[in-house]
Amino acid sequence: MKPTARDTEESKRRFNRRTLLLGGAMGATVAVLGARMRHLQVDQAEEFRLLAEENRINIRLIPPDRGLIQDRNGKVIAGNEQNYRVVISREAAGDVELVMRRLASVIPMTAEEMRRAIDDVTAMSDFVPVTVAERLSWDDFSRVAVNAPVLPGVVPEVGQSRRYPLDTDFAHVVGYVGPVSAQDLEGIDTPDPLLRIPKVQIGKIGVEKWLEDILRGRAGTKRIEVNSAGRVMRELERQDGERGTDIRLTLDADIQNFAQARLGTESAAAVILDVTTGDILCMASSPSFDPNLFVRGISHDDYTLLTESDHRPLADKPVSGAYPPGSTFKMVTALAALNAGVVTPDTKVRCPGYIEFGNRRFNCWKRQGHGTVELNRALSESCDVFFYDIAQKVGIDAIADMGRRFGLGQRFDLPVSAITSGTMPDKAWKLERQKADWRIGDTINASIGQGYVLTSPLQLAVMTARIASGKAVVPRLVRMIDGRETPIAEALPLGIPAEFLDAVRFGMHEVVNSQKGTATASQIVDPAMVMAGKTGTSQVRNISAAERASGVIANEDLPWNRRDHALFVAYAPFDKPRYAVSVVVEHGGGGSTVAAPIARDILLRAMSGGLPPLEAYPASQRGRIASMLKELPLRDPVTGKSPVRTET
Amino acid sequence: MSFLEYRVKFAPTGLRKVLYLNWPLIVLIAAVASIGFLMLYSIAGGSLDPWARRQMQVFAVGMVLMFTVAMIPIWFWRGMAGIAYLIAFLLLIVVDIMGETNMGAQRWIDFGFMQFQPSEMMKFTLVMALAAYYDWLDPKRVSRPLHVLIPVLLIVLPTALVLLQPNLGTSLMLILAGATVMFAAGVSFWYFAGVIAAGAAAVTSVFTLRGTPWQFLRDYQYKRIDTFLDPSADPLGAGYNIIQAKIALGSGGWSGKGFMQGTQSRLNFVPEKQTDFIFTTLAEEFGFIGAFSLLALYALIIGFCLVAAFRNRDRFSALLIVGVAANFFFYIAVNLSMVMGMAPVVGVPLPLLSYGGSAMLVLLVGFGLVQSAHVHRPR
Repeated sequence: MKPTARDTEESKRRFNRRTLLLGGAMGATVAVLGARMRHLQVDQAEEFRLLAEENRINIRLIPPDRGLIQDRNGKVIAGNEQNYRVVISREAAGDVELVMRRLASVIPMTAEEMRRAIDDVTAMSDFVPVTVAERLSWDDFSRVAVNAPVLPGVVPEVGQSRRYPLDTDFAHVVGYVGPVSAQDLEGIDTPDPLLRIPKVQIGKIGVEKWLEDILRGRAGTKRIEVNSAGRVMRELERQDGERGTDIRLTLDADIQNFAQARLGTESAAAVILDVTTGDILCMASSPSFDPNLFVRGISHDDYTLLTESDHRPLADKPVSGAYPPGSTFKMVTALAALNAGVVTPDTKVRCPGYIEFGNRRFNCWKRQGHGTVELNRALSESCDVFFYDIAQKVGIDAIADMGRRFGLGQRFDLPVSAITSGTMPDKAWKLERQKADWRIGDTINASIGQGYVLTSPLQLAVMTARIASGKAVVPRLVRMIDGRETPIAEALPLGIPAEFLDAVRFGMHEVVNSQKGTATASQIVDPAMVMAGKTGTSQVRNISAAERASGVIANEDLPWNRRDHALFVAYAPFDKPRYAVSVVVEHGGGGSTVAAPIARDILLRAMSGGLPPLEAYPASQRGRIASMLKELPLRDPVTGKSPVRTET
Repeated sequence: MSFLEYRVKFAPTGLRKVLYLNWPLIVLIAAVASIGFLMLYSIAGGSLDPWARRQMQVFAVGMVLMFTVAMIPIWFWRGMAGIAYLIAFLLLIVVDIMGETNMGAQRWIDFGFMQFQPSEMMKFTLVMALAAYYDWLDPKRVSRPLHVLIPVLLIVLPTALVLLQPNLGTSLMLILAGATVMFAAGVSFWYFAGVIAAGAAAVTSVFTLRGTPWQFLRDYQYKRIDTFLDPSADPLGAGYNIIQAKIALGSGGWSGKGFMQGTQSRLNFVPEKQTDFIFTTLAEEFGFIGAFSLLALYALIIGFCLVAAFRNRDRFSALLIVGVAANFFFYIAVNLSMVMGMAPVVGVPLPLLSYGGSAMLVLLVGFGLVQSAHVHRPR
């Protein structure tokens, strides 16, 4: 049955109604879509725009060259060397294991290294280049380049890496760099983004650490556009960085090398100061270590050796070692008493070998006593009783005050690690630190640099320089930054009458140059280089009354770590002081026999500008000295190599 | 003698037909397609290859097809409706058995010179078949259960085959377009209400049965739904598409980054940027103004179609036009909802813009049918 025209009209109307409804629904949907569009593109546009930028732009940093560290004459102590390395990216390599196996057949690589490299590469996104071998020789490096066709994804690269050509000589002062650790970043409020780049190295100790900001330089940046896979599409912008600033230290590489060699395998420290400028010419610490080991990443075994040695090779003894100064402190006691007016240079004291205070007996090092001594003999023969006597007359506070004038108990602000301020004790100090009253015995002990008094070799050198110059010389380690001289601190007068200083200086002269002086064996006979000094032998143990009665055990019969420290401070030339030196040999025995000869050699090395001239030594010693100097493992001035590495 | 044949003497003949084409519709289609060419050119980094040139060729072929289809009287097409439906249905079976697998789904028959998706063809043959069915059926009987069951089967059978491929997007489109034709034909509201209620129940069961051996959807389809519900949960995995698409859209702002300046799509952050996600490039480069203009063009195309349907007193023609328009609309709505993060990613292209040969050809043939209905309408 065919529908009638009426039926069709009716169904057409219904169709139109329904279609109108559909059209309305469609229109509503379109409106919703439009609203959503507006929401995303207009209301939230800013937020999404940022996200898109973040997607697209990557900023890569270009690490700057680290500033050089040079000695006072421009010799490089810490430089940068080309580091030939090989990077690989998984994306280009395809089969990483196959490529790594081929690479291992081209360059030396252990199975362990290879396994770790494969792990590293597979752990990263496939487009990130991963360093798989470093510090290749030029031969190995070129072999990789030549074999490039069978090594897809392997790229030979040249980077910069720190190198210390004078290896062990400056390990303590200059320190070393190493990979940035979380600990390094901790103290920095806004870390340089450069430090976040893997493989960037930061100063860990010493000058490298304390002048890090100057040495590091400023990283350059390149803004690159990356695609969603992280692959670099193009470089948008490049901003070159600034290389680190070069630093010239006051140290003299040749003197330092000589001092390190002369200290040998002893656990010892030596410091030389210029008495007028305060320049530290040498700051040797022995035994030493090779900082290059740390840059490369020191092996566990090597590190254990360094930390477990009782000679403490890692310690920077000139600044961090706090030793009882022993008799080298006697000049301070003497000057305190002179300055206070309780004695004159001619005051006489009788030394029967001991002195009694209350019911305690204090011994002189010479049991039979020195007889009647005045200041000059008390210094040159190092009579203890004389100083016990004058110290209890002047009192500890005056002595401590004098000690501070000479820089003892004071922390000098040098860009090196672990500087100790030592201890210059007085009554207030003891009350605060020990919660006890100061006793007369404490003064007696302090008068000869024992008891609570602790000084670093640097402080002793400063003290000696101040005695020699009569001025408050301030030590300086950095000579130039970026070619500009750093200011020399003005040396203020000490405020001690010249006659007192002269009396002490003359006593020091007699220590070395008089018949009965304690260091007369270390005399310099060249009249232009006459040395004045003071020996010190500081106990590290208590000698009991019983032992004293039966005879003090000789140092040679004691275990090494119970022996006395040997100290010597000196300056030269006597009439026109130029250099002050301090030498501390831990558990070395006697200051006169162990420390003084070293100090003399180093002073002569500094004064002569070359090897110590034999004519400066007493004729009887020249043969022995000549063979000793010949044996010294000095660095060859041409090749820069040491004949014997101080392996520890 | 139907109403159409009764008035057929008023239809234009010969080349005069060209004058009676719905020209505004053609201009709008060409305009949208041109926008597509521009976008494909931009996405390729300012190059006609690999997409823009081929898309233009396909469009040219499609336009020729459209004119050809438009010149042939609509009653011929009505006569062809059943056969076309049968052919498309058979091809769907063939593709399920031997089709090329592409991206985990069998959708193509490879003819050598081009790949053909029978599901694309089914989009409009289904509409034709339904329109012909309702043209034949007495309008008084459209809501009788038996007469509702027949078109439901016509829709469900090919949908099931497409779903098997599996192609969730296209099966959804078939159902929506088919239902729209039924709705326009006057089937009682109650059926639709019932289907919606049943659908809600089905959705519930789909989710409750998830993870059991009886789960309805494939795992990746579940995952798409998860991702839609919370794209940030997996920003580098499945949620990546949605997040990056939204970033592309949003970063376009009011007026866009400028032609060829869209960093998101050019640098590959946006996936499927030449096909399903092409709208993001437009929105990124031309901003809200550009995106909204496109939406307006689409709305105009649909509007012109609906007006043509109103004005056409032939039942087959009117239903056909509504079916084609509805199909066109649902594609746009689902695609835009998807790229704007309002619907799950179901793999539906944006008509006339997305790169793809068969979709474009079939769509233009569909518009050819609309034109034919328009030219040969009773006057």
